[in-house]
Amino acid sequence: MLSWLITLLLGGGLLAAGLGRLHPQAARWVALAVLGLALLWLLPLLGRATGGPWQPGEGAWLLLEQHAWIPRFGIQLLLGLDGLSLLLLLLTLVLGLVAVAASWWEIEQQEGFYYANLLWSLAGVVGVFTALDLFLFFFFWEVMLIPMYFLIGIWGHEARHYAAIKFFIYTQASSLLMLVGILGLAFLHQQEQGSYSFSYFDLLGSGDRSPHGFWLMLGFFIAFVVKLPAFPLHTWLPDAHTQAPTAGSIILAGVLLKTGAYGLIRFLIPLFPDSLTSFGPIAMGLGVAGILYAAVVAFAQTDLKRLIAYTSISHMGFVLLGVYAWNSLALQGAVLQMLTHGLSSAALFMLAGALQQRLHTRELSRMGGLWRYAPRIGFIALFFAMASLGMPGLGNFVAEFLVLAGSFQVNLPMTLIAALGLITAAVYALIMIQKAFHGPAPSAPALVDFDRREVTAMAVMMLGLLWMGLYPQPLIDSLGPVLDQLQRTAAVSLETVHWSQR
Amino acid sequence: MTADALFSLLPLILLALTAVGLVLLIGFYRNLQLSFALAMGGLLLALVSLLPVAGVLPQQATPLLIMDSYALFFSGLTLVTALLLLPLCHEHWRRQTSLNDEFYLLFLLAVMGALVLVASNHFVSLFLGLELLSLPLVIMVGYPFKPGFTPSLEAAVKYLVLSGAASAMLLFGIALIYLHSGTLAFAPLEPGLIRLPGPQNPLLLTGLILALAGIAFKLSLVPFHFWTPDVYQGAPLPATALLATLAKGALFALLLRFYLLSEGYLIGPLVWALTLIAIASMLAGNLLALLQDNLKRLLAYSSIGHFGYLLVALLAVSQSLGTALAVEAVSYYLVAYLFSTLAAFAVLVRLSGEDREAETLEDCRGLFWRHPWLATTLTLAMLSLAGIPLTIGFVGKFYIFAAAVEESLWLVLLVVVIASGIGLFYYLRVILMMTHQDAGPESDEASAPHWSSHTVTGILVAATLWFGVYPAPLITLIRHLTLAVN
Repeated sequence: MLSWLITLLLGGGLLAAGLGRLHPQAARWVALAVLGLALLWLLPLLGRATGGPWQPGEGAWLLLEQHAWIPRFGIQLLLGLDGLSLLLLLLTLVLGLVAVAASWWEIEQQEGFYYANLLWSLAGVVGVFTALDLFLFFFFWEVMLIPMYFLIGIWGHEARHYAAIKFFIYTQASSLLMLVGILGLAFLHQQEQGSYSFSYFDLLGSGDRSPHGFWLMLGFFIAFVVKLPAFPLHTWLPDAHTQAPTAGSIILAGVLLKTGAYGLIRFLIPLFPDSLTSFGPIAMGLGVAGILYAAVVAFAQTDLKRLIAYTSISHMGFVLLGVYAWNSLALQGAVLQMLTHGLSSAALFMLAGALQQRLHTRELSRMGGLWRYAPRIGFIALFFAMASLGMPGLGNFVAEFLVLAGSFQVNLPMTLIAALGLITAAVYALIMIQKAFHGPAPSAPALVDFDRREVTAMAVMMLGLLWMGLYPQPLIDSLGPVLDQLQRTAAVSLETVHWSQR
Repeated sequence: MTADALFSLLPLILLALTAVGLVLLIGFYRNLQLSFALAMGGLLLALVSLLPVAGVLPQQATPLLIMDSYALFFSGLTLVTALLLLPLCHEHWRRQTSLNDEFYLLFLLAVMGALVLVASNHFVSLFLGLELLSLPLVIMVGYPFKPGFTPSLEAAVKYLVLSGAASAMLLFGIALIYLHSGTLAFAPLEPGLIRLPGPQNPLLLTGLILALAGIAFKLSLVPFHFWTPDVYQGAPLPATALLATLAKGALFALLLRFYLLSEGYLIGPLVWALTLIAIASMLAGNLLALLQDNLKRLLAYSSIGHFGYLLVALLAVSQSLGTALAVEAVSYYLVAYLFSTLAAFAVLVRLSGEDREAETLEDCRGLFWRHPWLATTLTLAMLSLAGIPLTIGFVGKFYIFAAAVEESLWLVLLVVVIASGIGLFYYLRVILMMTHQDAGPESDEASAPHWSSHTVTGILVAATLWFGVYPAPLITLIRHLTLAVN
């Protein structure tokens, strides 16, 4: 089932590339159809995820799929879908559609190859969110990078080559460290059980038993926080986001960053539960540092896309904080933050892209007074700026509130400092609106307001944020069993470790 | 020698007969197409002859050569590589107006040398095979023969002199090892004494280091690599490709066998020397590749790095955990390296014209939009060399990592990670160059490609992808064949 979803996206990409050579505009329709089909196929599962009462101990898997792949190393095609994966998949596909909408008129060269890369990258992301074999996970982790590298490198803006290479080297080098970590776990399994295994279920909690556990964990951690990105390892992100084409920025900010957070929740902590106590404070510290540092730097930016890129780093700091607080409230908050940030940052990048296409600049100093010329753009920008600064009623507020409420129980000082982020968020969000949309216009720009296609894409994301802000309970319900299960897994292995140490 | 033992040398005999036939053919009737067909036929026959030979293994055919399943696998790999390479040579030479039939003869001789190397378990056959491989290469590097000074002539002289020096070093090393062990066959070097701490026989160590230097020279490992970029650049593309793939691959297979049979992993100083060479090769190869604007030079430096990675797998051989994973890793990585490198050379050959080879990065500008298939091939080759998933190079890199993690070679592993990170940069640069929107030079694919080079490109692309996504059959084959090396 899940492998068909990935095959659909990969095959759709091939089809788009092929048809694109015959007729340039066919590719976008292929992309639209493939993503729509995938979304329709997934939606019914949402009902099942939120619906049924869960039998304790049953596991929260909605779908599970298993085939042999490389028996030599016990590597399987092991794919699974639970509430967490499902929500992230829905986000991925919705943002995929938004990205197609954003590129509809923007991309004029090599459209076939462009939409193929878009679909392939999303296929990699779907693989990452569903893989339960660590080798397979690593495989998809890399698969999603290459098309993104092409998206930035071919269709990006002026400094695209520099940005694309920097993006690729950061993520690739860090993921090799993760590969070392994965192999370390697999060999540990071989020493203990006599056979290699990369299966998530076999390796749960095993990291703590390894003599090199801390270093293996660090390998995973670096790969994930580079992607997240967290404070000292974030420098690829502003370049990549700024230079990527609009759709590239949408997918990067909306989806790719979430794979790092997903990796932390799904893999790092269940594999190395001990790291919560030994490494948790450091990670939370990095999260908090990221929140404040990125917010301050965002405030100083003059490039609109760069500003939004830094706000992403700031918001993902909350996710890092919430994950390492590791209680129900904080985890729910972290996952909600992933979803809401996915929507709000994607929308902001689409706005920035639209402005750049119309004004041929990203410089805030060359904007100003735009509200007068394009009230629809202005209103929508204001809406998402409000979401970004965490206004109650919109999803981001709920998410950040839950994260803070959860981490409050774990680490009070960190929580206090992190809460300052809500203030700095207001500063950078408002300065962005102020500089771009208010004040005197430098010259009367030939600004066309949003058309129906853009308004539709924006409306979907606005409704999503409103829904998550006003009635997030169904989402929390569908996450409940998953997060409980993860916490139980970590707790159980923690106990065994401490018991065996005694 | 028994009949079975003689029979097990069938591939070598067939190739030798083909070479003789080719000499006669060229003597009486010069025709490039016909010579090519004859050489292909001989190689194909030799490859097919491996099937019946597999039934009589293992055979010690004369004290010099052993045909076991390890030799069978690497003979097969050598012949497949040769079969993929020869059409590329043909593609290159048929675009030239000069008479170049003898190139195929030299090619066959070099392949014979490689076959001797992979079946050698004796210093004499090692030396014979190495010279049989190197001497034709010297002439091939000097091709095509033109009056006056040419870059290829410079490269040939350079290769001749330095390769001769390396052979001399190797010989002297062999003599010293013989002085110590009293046999020229590969055998454990210090039986009994080895586990004792303290100073070891200095003559043996000197001999080993000298022999290692000789081999490291031919494999162009740092610090014996200085000839590589110049020779790669000066030689005609087919000779460069042969040097980069077949010659190095066969020699590394031999190095692995020697290392295992002589139990070199028990000799501390040797392991240290190998570790240092591995680290230096990975770092220097990848760092220097960053500075190159010439694709042939870039591939030269990248091959230095790749043989550094292969040495890491070699280092993972140890007594405690067995040799299985390391041998597998070397075998798989060699297959990956050969296929990816061949794919890269295939594209370069296809892009070259009669008077000028496509060798600079500029030649690739905008290739994606001019020749999507060639660009895809080169992209795959670069991704595979960089070790990115979906390609065979990734599984190879995975094997190297696995072998190193199993042996807990953490420091070396860290260097692998760093070197791979650096390596990405220049591989990606090639890919980015191909995606440039502005049109590049017009002088590509002067004539329509020969069907055989078309087929070879297709096979290489398919193999790179297939064994990258579904490596299980190849792994099974390698495990089945190479683990019998002891």
